[in-house]
Amino acid sequence: MGGFIGLIRHDLRVAMRQGGEVGLVVGFFVLAVVLFPFGVGPEPEMLQRIGPGVIWVAALLAVVSSLDRLFAVDYADGGLDLMVLSALPLEAGVIAKCIAHWLTTGLPLTVISPLLAVIVNMRPSDMPLLALSLLIGTPALTLVGAIGGALTLGARRPGVLSALLVLPLYVPPLIFGAGAFAARIGGGGSTAHLLLLGGFSLAAAALAPWAAAAALRDALE
Amino acid sequence: MADPAAEPGENGGDIVAEAVACRRGERLVFAGLSCRLAAGGALLLTGPNGSGKSSLLRLLATLLPPEAGRLLWGGVAIAGDPAPYRASLHYVGHLDAIKPALTPRETLTFWAGLRELRVDPARVAAALSALGLDRVADWPCRWLSAGQRKRLALARLVAAPAPVWLLDEPTAGLDRDGEERLVRLIGAHRDAGGRVALATHQALPVPGAQALALGDFAPTAAARAVDF
Repeated sequence: MGGFIGLIRHDLRVAMRQGGEVGLVVGFFVLAVVLFPFGVGPEPEMLQRIGPGVIWVAALLAVVSSLDRLFAVDYADGGLDLMVLSALPLEAGVIAKCIAHWLTTGLPLTVISPLLAVIVNMRPSDMPLLALSLLIGTPALTLVGAIGGALTLGARRPGVLSALLVLPLYVPPLIFGAGAFAARIGGGGSTAHLLLLGGFSLAAAALAPWAAAAALRDALE
Repeated sequence: MADPAAEPGENGGDIVAEAVACRRGERLVFAGLSCRLAAGGALLLTGPNGSGKSSLLRLLATLLPPEAGRLLWGGVAIAGDPAPYRASLHYVGHLDAIKPALTPRETLTFWAGLRELRVDPARVAAALSALGLDRVADWPCRWLSAGQRKRLALARLVAAPAPVWLLDEPTAGLDRDGEERLVRLIGAHRDAGGRVALATHQALPVPGAQALALGDFAPTAAARAVDF
């Protein structure tokens, strides 16, 4: 257990010190959302309608842009060898790295999202739902992303390849996350969507560590 | 296995490679290689570039599965349950697993923490001074020279003791003082019953080391051509 906590703290420390790892992800997220009003025009009704979807897509892309941080650095500098040889099971190591990754991507994205909600003219009453959907859904983005990041180790352009692998798998959280708003506007509740989103995150938490660890072992051989 | 030296004890049993072969990609690097690493013993791997020294060390570290043959530890095949064997070995390869943003002290504490329940700060400090890194212990690693990074990688051996050391070119980048420190560490480790396998091009004074010339196990042209 000491090693597990130690690995989370180590990854957080590296992310915090390597100036602006968190800032890059958040900056990407904000810019991607801000571009939309320029592209589709500033009509408030239009923005209000597409707002949740835009923010969710931007969040997916921001997470994808940060996936190479998950394993690629440790693969290149030999740290992964030592992790495999350590007393900590590799699956637990993957979970620890995912927790650290989420704390430096998913969590800041969730915290900043109400600000972006203003930019796309969302109603203030919808902002808690947006933050909640991101809070529930972003862990799945990190976990599924871990599989893609592990599978593409050693590839020539791992970043692009893992994006191609992972983005299709992000469709379910996108549908449930952004769909929560459509359901609310349509008069129904958003609870069902949030529950499905949570279910997806839990399933990812149960399966992704094993899949990613298997891919890591394969990459090292 | 009725071999008394093969009993897993305080320092673990002998490490035995039985007719192992290694394949990298489509190339057979070596085949039919057997060796034994006994308590207090040292295995000195020699051979030209590409003869498989690093591959054999990775194979002994269970980072690479053998193409043929098997590895035994105290008479038991390692492949079945590698965890206890892995916990008893240190592997120091060409890559040093050093994060530029962290300090040497943080780096050592972290890696020791992945191996042990509780990390003793005094032992981390002792490891840093054993490799002469006291002065730079709290600098970010990005300020370290190549030789200092190598010393830091080797300091892991001291920070979390393990009976088996697998060292790939441990002297690369080290100055004379660093080499002497390494030789002293290896000597003390073997006196305590530890085992060392190392690949090196330098003439390191490792008394009583068993030399293993990897070139002798290069597969014949016919064997190499197989499977194409």
